[in-house]
Amino acid sequence: MTERSTVTTTPYTIGVAPFRPGDEPSFGGSFKEQPEDLGRPDPASCATEDTAAHAKGLIRVLTDDGEAKGEWDPNLDAETLIQGLEYMMRLRIFDDRMMKMQRTGKLSFYMRSYGEEAIAIAQTMALKEQDWLFPSYRQPGAQFVRGRDMVSMICHCIGNTEDNVRGRQMPVHYTWREGRFISISSPVGTQFSQAVGVAMASAYKGDDEACITWLGDGTSAQGDYHYALNFASTFKPPVILNVVNNQWAISTHVSLATGGRTFAERGLAYDIPSLRVDGNDFLALYSVTQWARERASAGLGPTHIEVYTYRAGAHSSSDDPSAYRPGNEFECWPGGDPVERLRDHLMNIGVWDEKKDKALAEKIDAEVMSAYKAACEFGDLASGPYPPASTIFTEVYETVPWHVQEQREELGK
Amino acid sequence: MAKMNMIAALNSALEHQLERDPNVVIFGEDVGYFGGVFRVTAGLQEKYGPHRVFDSPLAEGGIAAIAMGMGINGLRPVAEIQFADYIFPAYDQIVNEIAKLRHRSGGEFSTPVTFRTPAGGGIKGGHHHSQSPEAQFTHTPGLKVVYCSNPRNAKGLLTSAIECNDPVIFFEPKRCYRGPFYGDPHNVPTWNSHPDGEVPEEYYSIPLEQADVVIEGQACTVIAWGAMVHVCQKAIEDSGVDCELIDLQTLVPWDRDAVVNSVKKTGRCVIVHEAPKTSGFGAEMSASIQERCFYHLEAPIERVTGWDTPFPHTTEWDYLPSPERIAEAIRRTQEE
Repeated sequence: MTERSTVTTTPYTIGVAPFRPGDEPSFGGSFKEQPEDLGRPDPASCATEDTAAHAKGLIRVLTDDGEAKGEWDPNLDAETLIQGLEYMMRLRIFDDRMMKMQRTGKLSFYMRSYGEEAIAIAQTMALKEQDWLFPSYRQPGAQFVRGRDMVSMICHCIGNTEDNVRGRQMPVHYTWREGRFISISSPVGTQFSQAVGVAMASAYKGDDEACITWLGDGTSAQGDYHYALNFASTFKPPVILNVVNNQWAISTHVSLATGGRTFAERGLAYDIPSLRVDGNDFLALYSVTQWARERASAGLGPTHIEVYTYRAGAHSSSDDPSAYRPGNEFECWPGGDPVERLRDHLMNIGVWDEKKDKALAEKIDAEVMSAYKAACEFGDLASGPYPPASTIFTEVYETVPWHVQEQREELGK
Repeated sequence: MAKMNMIAALNSALEHQLERDPNVVIFGEDVGYFGGVFRVTAGLQEKYGPHRVFDSPLAEGGIAAIAMGMGINGLRPVAEIQFADYIFPAYDQIVNEIAKLRHRSGGEFSTPVTFRTPAGGGIKGGHHHSQSPEAQFTHTPGLKVVYCSNPRNAKGLLTSAIECNDPVIFFEPKRCYRGPFYGDPHNVPTWNSHPDGEVPEEYYSIPLEQADVVIEGQACTVIAWGAMVHVCQKAIEDSGVDCELIDLQTLVPWDRDAVVNSVKKTGRCVIVHEAPKTSGFGAEMSASIQERCFYHLEAPIERVTGWDTPFPHTTEWDYLPSPERIAEAIRRTQEE
């Protein structure tokens, strides 16, 4: 792992980012951890202490040369891998298009998943369709896996008449009941402990369901993170708790988020089996999630996962990372680019080539463009139409109470 | 009918819910094996099992979040916050998450959580076992806010709260758990001799949004909730004025028609609550009454409340609205 950088001063120790604008970043080349370093314990009999090395180390499957190695190789067929690549490419192209829309005033706000595309996509693919998703704002890719229509997603981002949350939330705060994708909430971390409650209800009803949830390294300072671990440890429901350590919480480097060891190791103290995984390695992500799901199915309760990655883009469309980190930091990241790594692997095993890749990218790009145009048919940001003003007053309660009804009449719309 | 104090009545409501709906689960600090520090959940774990009635770790923020998640996934959780003073670690989950889930998800998700919490002063609890923070929740769209005052309405209102598909904050005046409190700490009778201590053993509910006219009168409308309902009864007796006493019962949405009709009849109004005056729910009511009853009012609307200070320990009788202060306010409304 990257060592925490600090300066010792009086009277505190202050964490510092290893590199700031103007510095030449270096993370020491490639990861020293290799795919064959760590074995895959039997999920049905694994005790927390059996994961101590996994919490401290780094679970990888793809080598730097794009080969799949070691016990954690999920041995996925080519079709599944190509599907994963397709979802990741779709998310990246979708994000780029939406970001352009934001920059030209067609969306009020946007957040990309750049550099973290593998996470929600591989992890959701490793789950069952009845499993619940309690994401943060950088896991919209899960919706592609579950088959959400892009037109519907873009309508939400615009906030037009077909926005399923009726223009009530900022862009990227997706909600999708059919995909068991909970409504994204801006106060970060709140979903983490809620997910434990969802999983407790699944256990109570005896349903074969798990709940997966994600939050960031910065958010892991919130009480909700610790509530979640403690309640999960206490009641042992089928929940998969992921800390996406992408190094940056807006401008706050992970060195300021904790003075502790790896995020994964925190789980050990709660007696929750805990793994640390290369978040840019599609195969490793798929594999650890499948492992956690097997534990859930076996009635063994929670798994805690640190997803070690790098936030390649800005925090959001309102953020400018050039003010606080070197522009080329991502190029030096040992985990590389998750899309390129899976693509290289597929080429390595002979099921993918440049021509197929180009054709797929073009196909997705056309689909995104056409989805965008279709979404704008239901209203654009500049001129609408927007959801009717009456939607301000509906769904506050199951039925509209008198005082809300009076205010609606006062507005007269 | 059976003689019940408020604890037994609440326990009975919970038991009916556990019996009728397999998705009802009850949890919170000390509510399981021990049956709650106020004994409201006594015997329920033994009868219904620890998967349905259980002790949670000591973390109100976690309790609220777990309840929300359970509610999303088909259960009907009833969570106890041991003292209303301790609800604030859960405030974000309640205000930003639970209250807004239905709206922010376009109606795709909702969570029918009930938070029961003992509130109010009069037990020498100092500032962290005595507060009455209802106004902190009446200001949050998406929540319903209920405040019971006696065994009969405690049972009926809690039943409605649990069955409600919206999240409900249910306040229980802890001073009245074992008897109506008339403002004299040295003389607290039991519910045994009170008509509202007669509680049907069978299932019943009292609709939310409905106030209860406790005493009918012509000269002044007195509005209160929780323990203050009984203090007002004493004050009305002492004042010698022919007052109408309204127990609001539900604060959001409140029964404005009952209040407005009464004030139009009496032309005078005193609002009593034990929470601080500034931005208390009495302020909202006073403004609404003024809007609706301006031409019927014969005197300024009076508010008798706790002071805008932290709740004290040994001097709590000078903090809480007393029968004397309320009676004086009633008399002031009668001046020409």
